[in-house]
Amino acid sequence: MRFDLQIIASLVAPHTRVLDLGCGRGDLLEFLKGEKRVEGYGVEIDEKEVIEGIEKGLSIVQGDLNIETRDFADGSFDYAILSQTLQQVYDPERVIQEMLRIGKMGIVSFPCFNHLAVKLQLFFTSRAPVTEELPYEWYNTPNIRVITWDDFREFCSARGIKILRQIAIATHHRAESGRIVRRLPDWFAKYGIFLVTKNST
Amino acid sequence: MSEYSGHNESGASVGIVRRETLTFAEPPEEMTLESGQKLGPITLAYETYGTLDREARNAVMVFHALSGNSHVAGCYTESDEKPGWWDNMVGPGKGIDTDRYFVICSNIIGSCYGSTGPASRNLRTGKPYGLSFPLFTIADIVRAQKRLLDHLGIRRLLCLVGGSIGGMQALEWAVDYPEMVFSAIPVASTAKRSALSIGLSEAQRQAIMADPNWRNGDYYGQDPPSKGLALARIIGHITYLSEASMERKFGRKLRENAAFKFDFSPDFQVESYLHHQGRKFVERFDANSYLYITKASDYFDLGEQRGEGSLVQAFSRTRAKFLVISFSSDWLYPTAQSKEMVSAMKKAGRDVSFCEIEVDFGHDSFLLAHEQLTRLVSGFLNRMSQEIAVTSGAAGTEVAHAL
Repeated sequence: MRFDLQIIASLVAPHTRVLDLGCGRGDLLEFLKGEKRVEGYGVEIDEKEVIEGIEKGLSIVQGDLNIETRDFADGSFDYAILSQTLQQVYDPERVIQEMLRIGKMGIVSFPCFNHLAVKLQLFFTSRAPVTEELPYEWYNTPNIRVITWDDFREFCSARGIKILRQIAIATHHRAESGRIVRRLPDWFAKYGIFLVTKNST
Repeated sequence: MSEYSGHNESGASVGIVRRETLTFAEPPEEMTLESGQKLGPITLAYETYGTLDREARNAVMVFHALSGNSHVAGCYTESDEKPGWWDNMVGPGKGIDTDRYFVICSNIIGSCYGSTGPASRNLRTGKPYGLSFPLFTIADIVRAQKRLLDHLGIRRLLCLVGGSIGGMQALEWAVDYPEMVFSAIPVASTAKRSALSIGLSEAQRQAIMADPNWRNGDYYGQDPPSKGLALARIIGHITYLSEASMERKFGRKLRENAAFKFDFSPDFQVESYLHHQGRKFVERFDANSYLYITKASDYFDLGEQRGEGSLVQAFSRTRAKFLVISFSSDWLYPTAQSKEMVSAMKKAGRDVSFCEIEVDFGHDSFLLAHEQLTRLVSGFLNRMSQEIAVTSGAAGTEVAHAL
């Protein structure tokens, strides 16, 4: 399993209810179901991935994650997870608020647009940075926004969202191994993973 | 893009099968239908494949649609060249694997394949029922099936699978007998017949009733209303296709010569194809059955009838896990209607999976060999057989692992 998904899995307590928004073919859910005995649920828009996931024995609803959250009651999941999708959603604020309505906690991960390589590329070439994590040109990228480590922290603070854990990681794109960045995430985080909540407790 | 594979030859056939019958509700113990009218005795024709396991936890009930029957898979004799209607899905090693599951399908009441219907003899008069046969609903169909399961000693169903009107039966079952239904797969179905479907249904019924041979349903022993029934089938058949599939198959291709005939005989291939479908159908189906079954499906509105107007409430009564499947080109039971069902199931807190298969064969897609559909059904069934074992205690878990 991808390194960032391993880190996300480590944040999930056993025997909980988990919703994975944009779950793909359900690698994370399958792992959580097997290792942590969670009750897993996925939302995915791509038919091929949905079929693969259901074939593996997962509960997955095919649909748009902006819409599919609506039918779930408040607090119906322990965790709502959005991994590496935030940079592609149309209205991230609404999606995160929805996650924290239906989930007691949310786990959000995204490629950080603040890595040293990004900073240097922009500084020296004056061109929109292209990295392993964000490998597209400006004219063909599915990513409609870029997010930095500090951007997300500031967003949480402004919206009264409490950050329970924040983990910066450095890993190759889609690789199964990597390392946790313990110092200067603003310079060295390739991906940020945040465990957040709106609950005051 | 269509991803149709050919006919599924991967698994062997279930082999030679036999149609059984069960008769119940003998007077004076007739079954009271939703309309308040009584029906009895009732005979149901049914078939079973595979073996019921010791704990009776591997029963899968399959439901046929409007013109189907209990003959889901296999053949009746060695020389029988026409296997059951879902032979590509049901059999050893297939989507619904008869090596693992005990499969049951019964012909619905009102039909004409061995179950009691308008063409059956009314014991009171000694003549075929015709229009004296009472109107029935999907819930009545299901209640009769329940009697069959009681007879077979099956108290729990691992899964219910049905397309179209068969999907309605699966939903009705899940709501009416929640303690018996572990899971259900409604395919290309709906929780409520739409105005469009009712309208198309009515056009088909009118085609039958406008045939002078129909004689108010009293045509048995005489010439049946073949023209009317063929026309009904032609209308129905069009609703099972899609614009894209018809365009691809026929386009504007002409029948014989590359010139118009300038009369009202069929010029286009699509016309002669539909006429052929109509002619073939009248050889095998009873016009009155067509009227009754389409009416039963028109009456179907699960939220209204079982949830006091709320589909969420109706699904709150279920205990089943669901897999809902729709087809992108199905305009008779469009994806939006499946999604409405899924949304209500989610709101009711049910465990539901949903997939829309991208395919351009229209409503009929569920009957065709289709790799995606097979993978979804077999994957879901596999999961259900593991989960039913867990819920039934430790002894069950061992069985699941042994599988």
